[in-house]
Amino acid sequence: MNPNNYLVLAGILFTIGAFGVLVRRNAIIVFMSVEMMLNAANLAFAAASRITGTLDGQVVAFFVMVVAAAEVVVGLAIIVTIFRTRRSASIDEANLLKY
Amino acid sequence: MNGESVVFWVTAIFSVVGALGLVVSRKAVHSALWVAFAMVNLAILYFMLEAPFLATTQIVVYTGAVMMLFLFVLMIVGVDSSDSLIETIKGQRAIAIVLGLAFGVLIIVGITATASPTVIGLVNENIGYGGNVQGLAHLIFGRYLLAFEATSALLITAVLGAMVLAHRERWAPRKTQSELSRERTRSGQVTPLPNPGVLARSNSVDTPALLPDGTPAQASLPTQFQSNPDDGVKEVTS
Repeated sequence: MNPNNYLVLAGILFTIGAFGVLVRRNAIIVFMSVEMMLNAANLAFAAASRITGTLDGQVVAFFVMVVAAAEVVVGLAIIVTIFRTRRSASIDEANLLKY
Repeated sequence: MNGESVVFWVTAIFSVVGALGLVVSRKAVHSALWVAFAMVNLAILYFMLEAPFLATTQIVVYTGAVMMLFLFVLMIVGVDSSDSLIETIKGQRAIAIVLGLAFGVLIIVGITATASPTVIGLVNENIGYGGNVQGLAHLIFGRYLLAFEATSALLITAVLGAMVLAHRERWAPRKTQSELSRERTRSGQVTPLPNPGVLARSNSVDTPALLPDGTPAQASLPTQFQSNPDDGVKEVTS
């Protein structure tokens, strides 16, 4: 099987994740879309690791997972804090910096 | 068609379906479940890509920890927080769809235009280190040690940040039982509030209890559901 298929799949998943970030207004769904994009990048790294025959790609994917976990923790804490003060999880409502 | 292609096509289609479900689901909980589904399929793909450690970590960290964290936060923030369809930037949705499609076409055409590389495979690499996990450990604690240490600093900072953000300072002293009971007597509602769903058609938390004259009692609902009084009325009249 053509190993490029894995990279194409990663590209499709990344695009769908980017779609979600651009189109959805719920902060949590936007966040999950970002996770989807990170997962697509991980898939590309793992595929590249197999194509090149070195484990470095898998190490990078592992680091991406760690960073994603840290990002989720802080991001969800921010969402909960914003929800407490503004009673809304919509990213359109957090517009105080505009004024 | 060998076994690898069969598994690839099945999991690829499933993961794309999961990702699409994330984007198009109206309810955030459904989105979270779709993401978990897509991530499990990605884990199967990692097994195919000779990355058993990554596959296990994917299931444990992503579907196990991250998505469940998402679900917990969804429960806090309110599961009914649906999307508003108002566009704050005019035409943003259309532009987003066009740009997204253009981006996807660009990536896919770019990848497919390159010559298909010959797969070297990780068999020799894994045997050389004595296994996939051993190989990863060799790299993480060898060539990538500095990055690994930086990650530990990042994780500690993230934990501190989450604690600071989620912590709520208690400004007023905790009310004593006598103060609470005095407050309740003065408020006019001495008895406990009615439970949601009493005498109504269903006993779910978002169905208001019915008063003796048949009107829904909004006070019986948790505060998250009171903001949406139409739901209760619809439930009663149907």
